[in-house]
Amino acid sequence: MFNTVEELIKSLTETFGPSGEEETVRTMIANLVRDRADRVFEDALGNLYAVKESNRPRIMISAHMDEIGVMVTNIDENGFLRIAPLGGVNPIMLLGQRIRFKNGLTGTVYHEKFKELKELDWSKLYADIGQRDAAAAENNVKIGDSACLAQPFNNLPGGRCLAKAMDDRVGCAVLIETLRRLPERLPQEVCFVFSIQEELGLRGAKTAAYSYEPDFGIAVDVTLVGDTPKAPTMAVSLGQGPAIKVKDSSILCHPRVRQLMVETAENNNISHQLEVLERGGTDAGAIHLSREGVPSGAISIPCRYVHSPSEMIDLKDVLNAVELMVKLLTKEWPFSEESNVF
Amino acid sequence: MLSELADIRGVSGDETKIRRFISEKLADRGIENSVDTMGNLIARKNRGKFETLPLLSAHMDEVGLMITGIRQGGLLNFMPVGGIDSRVLVAKRVKIGREGLTGVIGAKPIHLQKKEEQQKPYKEESLYIDAGFNSRGEAEKYICIGDYAAFDVNCTKMDKGFYRGKAFDDRAGCLVLLKLLLENNSLCFNAVFTVQEEVGTRGAMIAAYALRPQKALVVEATASADTPETEKEMSSTVLGKGPAISLMDRTILVDREMRDELAGCAVRAGIPFQFRRFTGAGTEGGAIAYSREGVKTAVIAVPCRYIHSPHSVIKESDLQATVSLTRAWLEDNQ
Amino acid sequence: MNEDKIVNALMELSEMTAVSGGEEAAVTAVARYLRPYVTDIKRDRFGNLLAFKPAENATGKTELTIALVAHADEIGAMVTKIEPEGFLRFTPIGGLDPRTLPGQAVTVHGKNKFPGVIGAAPPHLLTEKERGETTPMEKLFVDIGLDQDQAVDEVKVGDLISLEQHPVVLKNGKMMTGKSLDNRAGISVLIACAAGLSRICHSVDVVFVASLQEEVGLRGAVTAAYGLNPDLAVAIDATHGDAPELEEGRFFKLGEGPVIAIGPNLHPALVDRLEKTADKHFLSVQREPIPGHSGTDAWAFQVAREGIPTALLSIPLRYMHTSVEMINLDDLFNCVKLLGYFIGGLNRTFLEDMKKC
Repeated sequence: MFNTVEELIKSLTETFGPSGEEETVRTMIANLVRDRADRVFEDALGNLYAVKESNRPRIMISAHMDEIGVMVTNIDENGFLRIAPLGGVNPIMLLGQRIRFKNGLTGTVYHEKFKELKELDWSKLYADIGQRDAAAAENNVKIGDSACLAQPFNNLPGGRCLAKAMDDRVGCAVLIETLRRLPERLPQEVCFVFSIQEELGLRGAKTAAYSYEPDFGIAVDVTLVGDTPKAPTMAVSLGQGPAIKVKDSSILCHPRVRQLMVETAENNNISHQLEVLERGGTDAGAIHLSREGVPSGAISIPCRYVHSPSEMIDLKDVLNAVELMVKLLTKEWPFSEESNVF
Repeated sequence: MLSELADIRGVSGDETKIRRFISEKLADRGIENSVDTMGNLIARKNRGKFETLPLLSAHMDEVGLMITGIRQGGLLNFMPVGGIDSRVLVAKRVKIGREGLTGVIGAKPIHLQKKEEQQKPYKEESLYIDAGFNSRGEAEKYICIGDYAAFDVNCTKMDKGFYRGKAFDDRAGCLVLLKLLLENNSLCFNAVFTVQEEVGTRGAMIAAYALRPQKALVVEATASADTPETEKEMSSTVLGKGPAISLMDRTILVDREMRDELAGCAVRAGIPFQFRRFTGAGTEGGAIAYSREGVKTAVIAVPCRYIHSPHSVIKESDLQATVSLTRAWLEDNQ
Repeated sequence: MNEDKIVNALMELSEMTAVSGGEEAAVTAVARYLRPYVTDIKRDRFGNLLAFKPAENATGKTELTIALVAHADEIGAMVTKIEPEGFLRFTPIGGLDPRTLPGQAVTVHGKNKFPGVIGAAPPHLLTEKERGETTPMEKLFVDIGLDQDQAVDEVKVGDLISLEQHPVVLKNGKMMTGKSLDNRAGISVLIACAAGLSRICHSVDVVFVASLQEEVGLRGAVTAAYGLNPDLAVAIDATHGDAPELEEGRFFKLGEGPVIAIGPNLHPALVDRLEKTADKHFLSVQREPIPGHSGTDAWAFQVAREGIPTALLSIPLRYMHTSVEMINLDDLFNCVKLLGYFIGGLNRTFLEDMKKC
């Protein structure tokens, strides 16, 4: 167990878990939540569920375990690796970066000669793990192995933090901490889903929502901000509280779910902001289109430099998000099985 | 049988002929099969005691063209069905509609083009199909808007076990499934010959939903660039090195366990295999893997040069190795 | 329902606001129009409106269920930021062309409805280069005349913005122009069809679906198709009308009838039946070849669950996704007639015959 949320985030972000290789982080989370839920289990694709049983409605809360990364697609005779992106990775961002494999092996990413930056694409990149030839390289990695970025967690004065994989281990941390603070018995059933392969297109949440059949859905993820120099127009800033999502490319959040979140925040004086994200999606996008439809919303942690080795968040936002989640889940949600309109 | 399968016209949305061919072959051997609302052909090999059977899938449809308009003078406008590289279209022969009328894809002759025009590939809009009609009225007697056209190509055996022909993507996969269904074996499995893969893996979506497999294997044809002008590490797959096991593509990240299982089968049975080193493009893998509660799914493919063009090239030994690997995988999953 | 009443319904519905995600008022109005002709009206969990009209025939038995689906939502925009001077920045909801926006009248749906206008820097102050280029969406803004303090009180990030325009029937009495005719024209077809079917015998159950959030990715249709799982479905939407400089074969003449789509997305037996029905009753129709994604609710219905044979009927419409969309009312009336004859002639045998196709 961790003493502070900060330690929890440090540990989660430093754990290995690119899309498709979520096993290490899944095991870690399963151990953290096992005693706090009535049922903890995995499905065929690798989503992790932690259910606090109660009456309907059933609320599914999803945060994704996976992070962006790269996959080895070729090993040449001199031991150099060719790589392909897992999720939305900008090749420019990788230049000179360290990467780390599941077995702890590290390497760096560099580029072949090019004249102009715009020529830089994946075919010009390679990874070097310091091996002399193909055989030596193959002793350490195989084609199809994945690597994540290797930056450690750093604390900055004033309560902001830097790490790789804040997207979305910080969301996982919110779920774990919420689960720790919830009372024994809730007025409705809540299922915490730590989903896989979000970065490849909300894939884990899609099958998890089909399988759990929730009445409501909430995603907890990071969102972009508009508070950096010459940032695109966006009214979300670091440190102004969790963002209650109105829209992104994957969902127009259900107005009543959003309203419930806003009311809960206002009634409990929890600082918050509203989020309209022009590009990007979250698990809520997959959940709300499951089966006959699931009224869904999302709570986002404002995050700078998303999909880079140095994603920045403000701890205050995380603590406020936990507070908001706890208040939201301990109050009774309006629901009736007969009425089709929430 | 490869030639027969590959020569039949079956552009996405117009799979009737190829479906009939396959279904007759199955009926001849008394193998149960049925057709669903979109035209997927579903076959069941042996009645096992199992609750759920492993699923094999291969798509019947091929890329092609659709007639979208008839010009005043009787020339036909078209649009591609599925992803066709517009560079391969000009000066090819096609067969149009149910009757299979012959036409050619024409363009302004090079002699009459300005120098700048000659430097650039033909734009799709500037091409047309000429089926020899002299007026719109004459064309309308034989052609309907919405008619499909497929490349007019006959599969040919080349030297050293290579085949040249159209639609190996994915009649090669169909052949693998058909061989395993028709041969004498005691394997229990479902096989689906799907429609509309090339326009968004549509058939596989509803087939996976209906059949609810726990494990699935997609048998495809995949691009190979083991040719001049492509660097070795960018070739994705190589002809003659056996079926390519996918790591990921745009639609699916192949389950690691499934990948290892396939590689294990191949090693044990001494079947050559390679990994598909390209991670883009799409297959039915995603439509099946993320169906309902999720399905453990893998994708293997016969390497194929010049895919989605009128003449693609595959190697017989790869085809045979793909049959062997698929069979070995089924044996492991009984 | 006579033609005047249909036109009046369309006039009322066209002017209502139903930007994707904010369709409530319009859907309520659609329900009001449908209620006299159906036995039951529901909203599904996504919010789609479902109106049920059971078979009415001598045997009292139903042969199959068909869904007629038209999307109720329209394109629009959403507030992303309130600038220090009280101007509002926005992001599009659905496919908006930024070139059509400067000088456009809009309504901002904040605490109240605020009339506003989309502003841009005046041409006098632009450089030569900027004048030759499209002003991108992020440089445009909405002016509702409030200063920042007032604006922050009245408008929030996430509030919807709709295009504003009154519908008008043009001089010849056949053409109508206005906003959101994509797809209120389709919705009017549903209403008129429900009215028409109550005067004839039909052996199939009909569900009228006013779907939500089509313009942002067919989202309502995905859940409605799953929930209803009908035997057949027909989507009713708009397609591109003729205008100068458009390539032949990809646009359709206004006044020459509804457009029947053909292609992988559409079941050939349904297409065939619709064309034969039109032929038999001397209704003029057009044919639209669609080699891939139809971009309509039909795309979502076709692959729901184990697959639903689907057709698409479109009303030719000019200037799509602007506030000056234009249709010919005759196309709408003919679409209603075609659907009436088609549904009147449907029975179980048709489903059996389809399988042989």
